Amino acid sequence: MPIDKNQVKKVAKLSRISLDDDKIESLTKDLTLIINFVEQLNKLNTNEINPLTSVVHKTLEPRNDVINDGKIKNEILKNSPSKNEDFFIVPKVIE
Amino acid sequence: MSDLNKSSLTNIVNLIKKKKISSLEVTNHFIKNIENSRKLNSFITTCFEEAIKKAKEFDKKKNFNGLLAGVPLAVKDLFCTKNVKTTAGSKILQNFIPTYESSVTQNLWSEGAILLGKLNCDEFAMGSSNETSYFGNSINPIGKNLVPGGSSGGSASALAANLTPATIGTDTGGSIRQPASFTGTVGLKPTYGLCSRWGIVAFASSLDQAGPMTKNVEDCALLLEAMSGYDKKDSTSINKKKENYKSNLNTNIKGLKIGIPKEYRVENMPKEIDKLWKHGVNILKKSGAEIIDITLPHTKYALPTYYIVAPAEASSNLARYDGVKYGYRSKKGKNLIEMYENTRGEGFGDEVKRRVLIGTYVLSSGYYDAYYLKAQKVRSLIKNDFDKSFKTVDAILTPSTPSSAFKVGEKTNDPISMYLNDIFTVPVNLAGLPAISIPAGQDEKGYPLGLQLISKALDEQKILNIALQMEKVISFKQSINRWWE
Amino acid sequence: MVGIKMEKNKFDYIIKTENNLWEVVIGLEVHAQVISESKLFSGSPTKFGAKPNTQVSLVDSAFPGMLPVINEYCIKQAIKTGLGLSAKINLLSIFDRKNYFYADLPAGYQISQYKNPIVGEGIVTLDMPYGTKKIGIERLHLEQDAGKSIHDLSPENTFVDLNRSGVALMEIVSKPDLRSPQEVNAYVKKLRTIMRYLGTCDGNMQEGSLRADVNVSVRKIGDKNFGTRCEIKNVNSIKFMELAIESEARRQVELLESGKTLEQETRLFDTKKNETRSMRSKEEAHDYRYFPDPDLLPLKIEQKFIDEIKKNLPELPDEKKERFIKKFKLTPYEANVLVSEIDISNYFEEVIKNADIKLAKNWIMVELFAVLNKKNINIKNSPVSSKDLSSLINTISSGEISGKIAKSVFEIMVETGKDPGKIIKEKGLKQQSDPKEIEKLIIKVLQNNSEKVSEYKSGKEKLYGFFIGEIMKASSGKANPKLVNDILKIKLKK
Repeated sequence: MPIDKNQVKKVAKLSRISLDDDKIESLTKDLTLIINFVEQLNKLNTNEINPLTSVVHKTLEPRNDVINDGKIKNEILKNSPSKNEDFFIVPKVIE
Repeated sequence: MSDLNKSSLTNIVNLIKKKKISSLEVTNHFIKNIENSRKLNSFITTCFEEAIKKAKEFDKKKNFNGLLAGVPLAVKDLFCTKNVKTTAGSKILQNFIPTYESSVTQNLWSEGAILLGKLNCDEFAMGSSNETSYFGNSINPIGKNLVPGGSSGGSASALAANLTPATIGTDTGGSIRQPASFTGTVGLKPTYGLCSRWGIVAFASSLDQAGPMTKNVEDCALLLEAMSGYDKKDSTSINKKKENYKSNLNTNIKGLKIGIPKEYRVENMPKEIDKLWKHGVNILKKSGAEIIDITLPHTKYALPTYYIVAPAEASSNLARYDGVKYGYRSKKGKNLIEMYENTRGEGFGDEVKRRVLIGTYVLSSGYYDAYYLKAQKVRSLIKNDFDKSFKTVDAILTPSTPSSAFKVGEKTNDPISMYLNDIFTVPVNLAGLPAISIPAGQDEKGYPLGLQLISKALDEQKILNIALQMEKVISFKQSINRWWE
Repeated sequence: MVGIKMEKNKFDYIIKTENNLWEVVIGLEVHAQVISESKLFSGSPTKFGAKPNTQVSLVDSAFPGMLPVINEYCIKQAIKTGLGLSAKINLLSIFDRKNYFYADLPAGYQISQYKNPIVGEGIVTLDMPYGTKKIGIERLHLEQDAGKSIHDLSPENTFVDLNRSGVALMEIVSKPDLRSPQEVNAYVKKLRTIMRYLGTCDGNMQEGSLRADVNVSVRKIGDKNFGTRCEIKNVNSIKFMELAIESEARRQVELLESGKTLEQETRLFDTKKNETRSMRSKEEAHDYRYFPDPDLLPLKIEQKFIDEIKKNLPELPDEKKERFIKKFKLTPYEANVLVSEIDISNYFEEVIKNADIKLAKNWIMVELFAVLNKKNINIKNSPVSSKDLSSLINTISSGEISGKIAKSVFEIMVETGKDPGKIIKEKGLKQQSDPKEIEKLIIKVLQNNSEKVSEYKSGKEKLYGFFIGEIMKASSGKANPKLVNDILKIKLKK
């Protein structure tokens, strides 16, 4: 199934990636190629097949309810491109 | 001193342990090599000062029992290293300095190794040629215009050029084995869950696995032993006793059953590869193994499956790179959403964008069942194929790649032909199995080619043993003329 | 609004217009913060009110390569709550990623449960003034809370605090069984009571540990199909839930009556304007792209584990109510009031260990509640301990003091915290119950009022009350009224 420019724009919006018009053009081409490629799977009948959940033969191993982390505010904020003493700072959120 | 260029990791460890050579001497040797090899662009970050300091400290110690005592090592820049810049080959992390150490690298340092620097790789490990790195492509020491493969391309390049005695990479669809094959080195992707993923920049969580890249099989066993192990911080880590892969190495492979899957004989495969594969079969036969023709009927669906599952997980894993907590932030954008879009638009390269968009598409409402769910079902079939085979065979022998190293720029305009490079390596990731690629010969251009051994989960020792025996018989050594120095 | 009238009649909450009767259909998604020391997938603390970003780990702030490890206690808490809702516990459940971008969602996805939640269908019984009503529970699942975006510290910027990021939440989804704001009120309170009994959520709505998304639709009475629903996001008080439902239902009826169609959308409740409005930033269609989180494996729960939790479950409000009615002969109303909070029922049961049940329930529900209301404090912090109230009641039962005196003793207890025995002794409030003493007192009063006695004896029997009053006054209210009565009658006959 070919992908059109609007679909590319839609997924770009969902992925929060800005694209200029050239890019949309070339990505539309690439994504169509890739989607056509993966659609080979349609040749297989998988009605009776269970999807794989994990290749590891084990289930979730929980941890105990113990506080052993946190209190590292400086470490948490250190790499942020915009912050003050206490907070991450982002451009205004419009709600 | 130039002996060190011929020395294996195992040798160097022994020399240091016997005090025949100091850690500082070894460290300085590799630093010099690195400095003479900037043209290969295999490093993103070097930490010479810190390495020298650590080597000196090491040399003052009276006792050292670590598996990697005093050995300087460079690692793929996908492993978070404490206080050392970690970029994942991306602009979006170009200034990121972790305050923590990945479990796998911590294991190396705990065994006495010393960090030399961080190695170039495809951006977020998405690529098969190291050409998607924001920091430029790394070069294959085999030839001026050759890619080293990817995504652990910088690792393979540095190892082949003797800029590090061994290294570690990550393998999501072949990212250790394909570059190993392209550079005439050994690379192993362990069973999913054998090495902790904690602290490794994630690409596709259900497929990512760290592994050793070395000059020979013995080193591979040693490094795997050092880096692997249960980690309670990773819920997918396998809780089992650590194995002594190196001391348990054994070249007696008599009676082992080796499967040859007919589906790996693909169209347009260079005849040298077919020849090499047959050569491998003969060696195994002569070594007393039994060769059995097997079928892995869903092999051809592995790559399409992979290109749904991996991008889907990546689209979600990469959502955290949003310019808020760390990394690059665009200065453009009046509000939060515009900031996100510009940051990610400017911060990610083309291949990452392609995969994030594909991943978002296959998960989006209305398409999930047709793509993602379908792919996870086919993944079951692929895994079942292997499970069935391993009821009758101990290991499977295949070529590592469908071609030898290609030229820089040769495949950058055609994503599908680039993806096809991983056709032999991807099924193993989908099934979570261990596989090793060892150098087995050359094509007519003189470029190295590898053979791949696959076993059932947690049977690393078996493929290491078979690989060691094959290595002994093949006795292949890629000559490198150090043209860049 | 011309022509729209709300009517409340037993179960029915009806919006009446000129030509139609409309019914409101409501479903709730309650988000209840799990009581646990550490977060759902990390070891950082969960305490409310800490300094910004001090309860954040590298996992909570989604640093590269960080991985979630699940907290066993949170699993237990979810199961406990599920059992408290008489719900089915699923032996296999799966954690999924819900993908969306927001400043206080550091990973760009929330770990939640989508197709396979930990708890399945259950039931909550509402005690309405007109009887009980069963509300179906669709599911309960575990998920991570988000951080907090602070919009009012700066005109250009939003500040982000991740302390709350990763705290465990239970999302409890009801079936669309609720039909009025009053039922929603009762439903939320009942859920809260159950969780407080279980110790799984503190239900503190001011601190945001209990919040709800409210789904509202309307349909004409008799219609079998549901109308288009709107989701009112993040309403954080029961009062606001009621107001939001009322205004949203009116809006929908008005729209539909004017021939327009209703759009399914997410809305916000503006508490100042008392109306809901469309969320601008959410205009673009949501597509959460759920898929199983590859960092986590399926969660398998052993039946044994569930049985163990079940065995140790405390008595739940409905069971307690039954017991109170049967054992203590309370009315359903009284039982409801006393079981509505575990601290109240505990207090009540403490008091009646050694005191009369009838007196106890009245004293708690009238005198004590008045004080607690006035002081706006919880029964847990009551100035009068259950032990002291018990002693006070016993002084009444034994005739040591009268009910009237007891009230003044109680007042002193509230102010000083002293025990009643001490107060009675100090103030000399003990009832005069010695017949000889009382006789002396009566004789004296009658002597002082000999004229009135003569009047009484000649037929003016109304004066009886006057004598009682004078005698009580002379005893400073301490004389045992029954004895006074008995002896006075005899004296006046002579």
